Amino acid sequence: MVVDARNNAPHYLRESASQTAGPYVHIGLAPGAAGFKIFDNELGWDIAGPNAKGQRIRVEGCVIDGTGSPVKDVLIEVWQANADGTYVRHEEGGARVEEGFRGWGRVITDFETGEWGFDTIKPGKVNARAKMASGVAGKVRDTHPDWQGRADENHAPMAPHLNLWIVARGINIGLNTRMYFDDEAEANATDPVLNLIEWENRRATLIAKHSGDRDGMPVYRFDIRLQGDNETVFFDV
Amino acid sequence: MHPAEYYQRDRRIHPPALTPDYKTSVARSPRLALISLQGSVSETTGPVFGHGDLNPIDNDLIKNYAKDGDPVGERIIVHGRVLDENARPVPNTLVEIWQANAGGRYRHKKDTYLAPIDPNFGGCGRTITDADGHYFFRTVKPGAYPWRNWVNNWRPAHIHVSVFGHAFCQRLITQLYFEGDPLIPHCPIVQTIPDPDAIDRLTAKLDLNATVPLDSIAYRFDIVLRGRRSTMFENRMEGN
Repeated sequence: MVVDARNNAPHYLRESASQTAGPYVHIGLAPGAAGFKIFDNELGWDIAGPNAKGQRIRVEGCVIDGTGSPVKDVLIEVWQANADGTYVRHEEGGARVEEGFRGWGRVITDFETGEWGFDTIKPGKVNARAKMASGVAGKVRDTHPDWQGRADENHAPMAPHLNLWIVARGINIGLNTRMYFDDEAEANATDPVLNLIEWENRRATLIAKHSGDRDGMPVYRFDIRLQGDNETVFFDV
Repeated sequence: MHPAEYYQRDRRIHPPALTPDYKTSVARSPRLALISLQGSVSETTGPVFGHGDLNPIDNDLIKNYAKDGDPVGERIIVHGRVLDENARPVPNTLVEIWQANAGGRYRHKKDTYLAPIDPNFGGCGRTITDADGHYFFRTVKPGAYPWRNWVNNWRPAHIHVSVFGHAFCQRLITQLYFEGDPLIPHCPIVQTIPDPDAIDRLTAKLDLNATVPLDSIAYRFDIVLRGRRSTMFENRMEGN
């Protein structure tokens, strides 16, 4: 924090304003898809790595605009925990996850169909904040769980979920959402974030459907509706 | 040890989702309010990138796609720091850029503008900030280009910038504009930003001190990400 010398008041910088990623986001973030090779190592294609524990899954979907049309130039980033519910992290001397588990990836839509998809592993449960879990404001402190925090009466787990961030032409600031799994109904029912959504019928917009298996992996379908009927819930995180 | 908490994003700095003068936003903006989510570990952690992910030349757009010579255009250096709202540097974070060539043409199969592709210019680069949050790129200054919004809309010269920070909730994509460009006030995308001061902070300033004489002109562009909050009243008396 910088202190303003004139009045000794704290002086904060202000966040840089967002701008749309525009139609050619692929050049920078997925140049192979834009039609040329430039980097030896294009980032974002392998979320979990070969050593990852847990159930291998395929996630597929489409982003649909307010006219009901697929958005064909979207880029989605994924951030997730490993099968134990642990995130890769910057602080504290490196990750306590499997070698090669990145927890992050990015995909783009097919330019013709708007379909996207990625392979990963199903994440484990992650601990929530205490007050969100308990709902006892003033009694239980609203504490942030520590990295390896265990579930207890104050720290209920969040149901398995993927964090998604969506950018595209026409989207002025990236949209945050979460994808949950329809075969985790019990965990979803007590998930503190799903339960934060006052309108119960909107919670279903965050739940992917197990739509069969392919190559021995369950396939989950998750369509994202930017606007209108069944508009997906987006978060201010 | 707990992950850091972050200041609330001030959405009045940022463009709202629905900005009708930027036509594509009309059908791609949610109509319902965002649900405010106090950061859990899902939001306050984020991916880690290392120098092993990159090649040293990745931040040099003059050379990273050169085939039989240098690209055509005004040779520039773009440099600055990635800071948080507390003015602390954000070290070891990935910064990615992409841009059109000097004529305003993108190397993208969807760009059909009549200005030619430059055979020696790819138009993308990436780097990792150093311990002080500093980054730099070498490139050519991009040209303005037309786009189908209003009949006669032209984007100002700009470089797209993507920054990660250390938490997924710090993730940011923005655009860098150049000081003095007369197209800036006419651009419906720039003008999605309600705050003129916020637009000014997206405008890179000519930096003669960083210019390399007889070689490249420099521009300075600092990027500010959300700040980390101290929670001294809990069990973290050490603050940040």
